[in-house]
Amino acid sequence: MVNKELVDRIKNNPKYVELVSKRSSFAIKLAIFMLVIYYGFILVIAFNKEFFATKLSEDSVMTVAWPIGSAIILIAFITTVIYVVKANGEFEDLEMAIKNDVKDIL
Amino acid sequence: MLKILTLLGFSSLVLFAAEGAADTLNISAVAMFLLFIVATMGITKWAASKTKSASDFYTAGGGITGFQNGLAIAGDYMSAASFLGISGMIFLHGFDGMIYAIGFLVGWPIILFLMAEKLRNLGKFNFTDIAAYRLDEQKIRILAACGSLTVVTFYLIAQMVGAGKLIELLFHIPYAWSVVIVGALMIVYVTFGGMLATTWVQIIKAVLLLSGVTFLALMVLSHYGFSFISLAAEAVSMHPKHEAILAPGPFVKDPVSAISLGLALMLGTAGLPHILMRFFTVGNAKEARKSVVYATGFIGYFYLIIGVVGLGAVVFLLSPEGAVFFKDGVIDMKNIIGGNNMAAVHLSAALGGDIFLGFIAAVSFATILAVVSGLTLAASNSIAHDLYAIVIRKGKATDEEEMKVSKRTVLVIGIVAILLGFAFENQNIAFMVGLAFALAASANFPILILSIYWSKLTTRGAFIGGFLGLITAVLLVVLSKTVWVDIFKFETAIFPYTQPALFSILVAFIGIWFFSITDSSERAKQDRAGFEAQQIRGETGIGADGAVSH
Repeated sequence: MVNKELVDRIKNNPKYVELVSKRSSFAIKLAIFMLVIYYGFILVIAFNKEFFATKLSEDSVMTVAWPIGSAIILIAFITTVIYVVKANGEFEDLEMAIKNDVKDIL
Repeated sequence: MLKILTLLGFSSLVLFAAEGAADTLNISAVAMFLLFIVATMGITKWAASKTKSASDFYTAGGGITGFQNGLAIAGDYMSAASFLGISGMIFLHGFDGMIYAIGFLVGWPIILFLMAEKLRNLGKFNFTDIAAYRLDEQKIRILAACGSLTVVTFYLIAQMVGAGKLIELLFHIPYAWSVVIVGALMIVYVTFGGMLATTWVQIIKAVLLLSGVTFLALMVLSHYGFSFISLAAEAVSMHPKHEAILAPGPFVKDPVSAISLGLALMLGTAGLPHILMRFFTVGNAKEARKSVVYATGFIGYFYLIIGVVGLGAVVFLLSPEGAVFFKDGVIDMKNIIGGNNMAAVHLSAALGGDIFLGFIAAVSFATILAVVSGLTLAASNSIAHDLYAIVIRKGKATDEEEMKVSKRTVLVIGIVAILLGFAFENQNIAFMVGLAFALAASANFPILILSIYWSKLTTRGAFIGGFLGLITAVLLVVLSKTVWVDIFKFETAIFPYTQPALFSILVAFIGIWFFSITDSSERAKQDRAGFEAQQIRGETGIGADGAVSH
């Protein structure tokens, strides 16, 4: 359990405030980005299925559905890489610094 | 007891194999298959010798690296449903299978951005630890155990059906016996080795499955000058539905089902107990994050090439030479031996001969066993840790007592899985897993996300709302066509849609919200007051002792 003194000290540590605000806003932006792409895809399937049957070109059988689907898979992977690079670098350093600041009462 | 079960499993396999030899038993495939099973048994035995405490049993002692864990997560995810189910669905309906693949994958970034940190920092053994951090532990654990058990049961059905069909196909054993054998082997795996064994089996299997499917896809593409478009063109000309297979088809009949499925697939991942458990097998939050990147990469790659495998099944199985894979040699979608779930397995025989068939069948089977073991472990974790050790024994149970209950639970779950495997024989397994995701998204996900982010959540809100969501989801599944018409044989389904998630997720969130804000009890004050400390530990991990017990 985390005790009262520890809670107060961390809560008032500017590094903690910085970590929480930076990491949450970064995470939420990425999450919204991913949600918009995925639900865009789902809503098109729900309300305008025919769009995905559109051919890539006149003489091709390939529809737009397959490349778009593959792109979503790639985007999902790339966003996780972007997040983890930042979280394991910048945010992790902040977290360590906070731990260091309170290590006398841990 | 365990030895008897193993012996029973193996001797029945050999017995049936001997009987089957008279007709068309495939010796090299069977040999390859048995070799593989024996090897994984070896891993289990090795892991068992290293499993000492409850922490070892549930979380492999927290000593798995991010890369290993990423592979293990990918292994959990590339289940029978992903490999056999999605390739079968593409074979049957085309692009509809890809909708599942995409939905299964996009859950990952969301888990990483919104939950992974907090899960890792607040939990010890399973996701319930997070919700129980500031809420009344007893009630939350009862709720979470019910949710987890329901999800696991549905997920198990899909795996049992896949494994049963596979054994039936390979050994010419009746389906019912196949399911019994799978159940017996699964009980052995889990009770012996625990999390360490299932993790290692998952890692090895993930590597083999990725290589096997890559090889399969390359073989398919090599016939089409490595052009996916030529492959697709050929598939369009051969498939009875022609051009329709390259666009969303019959699986998403109406807007409500499409949105409902989309919600279930994405949010369900964040409520799957056996997946969330994987965040506790690594040493720290940094490794936990890395494992999500590796997992997403492997799973994404796998889903991209599964499309090639699915279309490959269309062109090779529906060609005149593919007639051997159909009952009485009549090429018709409905006639395929073993059902649509076996499309990828037939394809491996068509392209790589008996040895490759044995390899793919063995890897698929190991996939199923490993996933089933992970699931069973998650379920026994809920019963032994949540219900028995904390609710019934009020935290006074020893490690040995807890593990004893856990192992007995595995036995019971194994038997239940066998019985349900009989009932759902002919369902597409990707679809069944979709339902498991819907249950996870309705029962576990709302509680988990609200306990992390909403300071006003109270025990009463979580308890009542959580059960409302769970019950609604189960009820709607039972009243839908899948169970009401296909299993109970009623004329028409009472619930008109095939996917419950949209409704049941709403019920859960509204229920939790309403019963929380109207809660003015003493307990509610305590619940809300605890949020600040929880948030600090959730963000920084300070105060968490990790999965490693000291």
